[in-house]
Amino acid sequence: MLDLDMSPYGPFVWGAYALSAIALIGLSAVIVQRARSVAARLARLEADT
Amino acid sequence: MWGLANPDRFMRLTRGWGAGLGLLAALLIGAGLWMGFTAPEDYQQGDTVRIMFIHVPAAWVSLAAYVALGAASFAALVWRHPLADAAAKVCAPIGAVFTVLALATGSLWGKPMWGTWWVWDARLTSVVVLLLFYLGVMALRASIDDEGRAGRAAAVLALVGLVNLPIIKFSVDWWSTLHQPASVFRGDGPTMTADYLWPLGLMGLGYSLLFAALWILAIRTEVRQRRITALMLRQARGG
Repeated sequence: MLDLDMSPYGPFVWGAYALSAIALIGLSAVIVQRARSVAARLARLEADT
Repeated sequence: MWGLANPDRFMRLTRGWGAGLGLLAALLIGAGLWMGFTAPEDYQQGDTVRIMFIHVPAAWVSLAAYVALGAASFAALVWRHPLADAAAKVCAPIGAVFTVLALATGSLWGKPMWGTWWVWDARLTSVVVLLLFYLGVMALRASIDDEGRAGRAAAVLALVGLVNLPIIKFSVDWWSTLHQPASVFRGDGPTMTADYLWPLGLMGLGYSLLFAALWILAIRTEVRQRRITALMLRQARGG
């Protein structure tokens, strides 16, 4: 049975999960975004040369 | 192994790995979260035990990432291979994020269970030292303009930091610490009930695969970035 009632520790448990989600999703987004922009830039440069 | 060390071959062989490993990591983390939130609450820790399912995997990956950083730094220093240098360069910031997460989620568990956000015991302090090594490696590399010299200096510092890894692992055995001793990787087997061991294992595997996915993707980006720099230099010389 899924239990989402963390009381009386809700702020600590959900705080830890929120922080982890923000950090890992943010890190993934930054790395994927940079991968895309660098790949596109290299493709443009190689097409020019 | 050595075949992979060729940047072109690495780029060919790892095409699609980032997405594949990332998807697998998401599935494992999803399953781990489901099992983690269906597990019964602990009789002593209550629901704060669920913080363990994200704190412990982050701590494992922070150590594993430093082993990867050390191995890549060793290869870059000894064989001067550019792919190893690229792998070391992009490993440090990813490892630092996982270390910050291990410290922050541990602190969020410590406040309700220990009654304090922070204590300078041997385990927590040695993990702070790990974070300082990550940050130091990144700062040292960024502070030197010459890419080759920066890579060698950062590699030496990263190798020095390897000394800290056994200190972190055995700190709870060598000193009297508030942090509990190992409960999974023990000579006599895990002391944890299967209700917690399964979600922890799934989350640990998911976090590890997420690190692998992000590391491979970042190495591929660094290889491409170096090609861009080389092409621009060639163009500048030609023009």
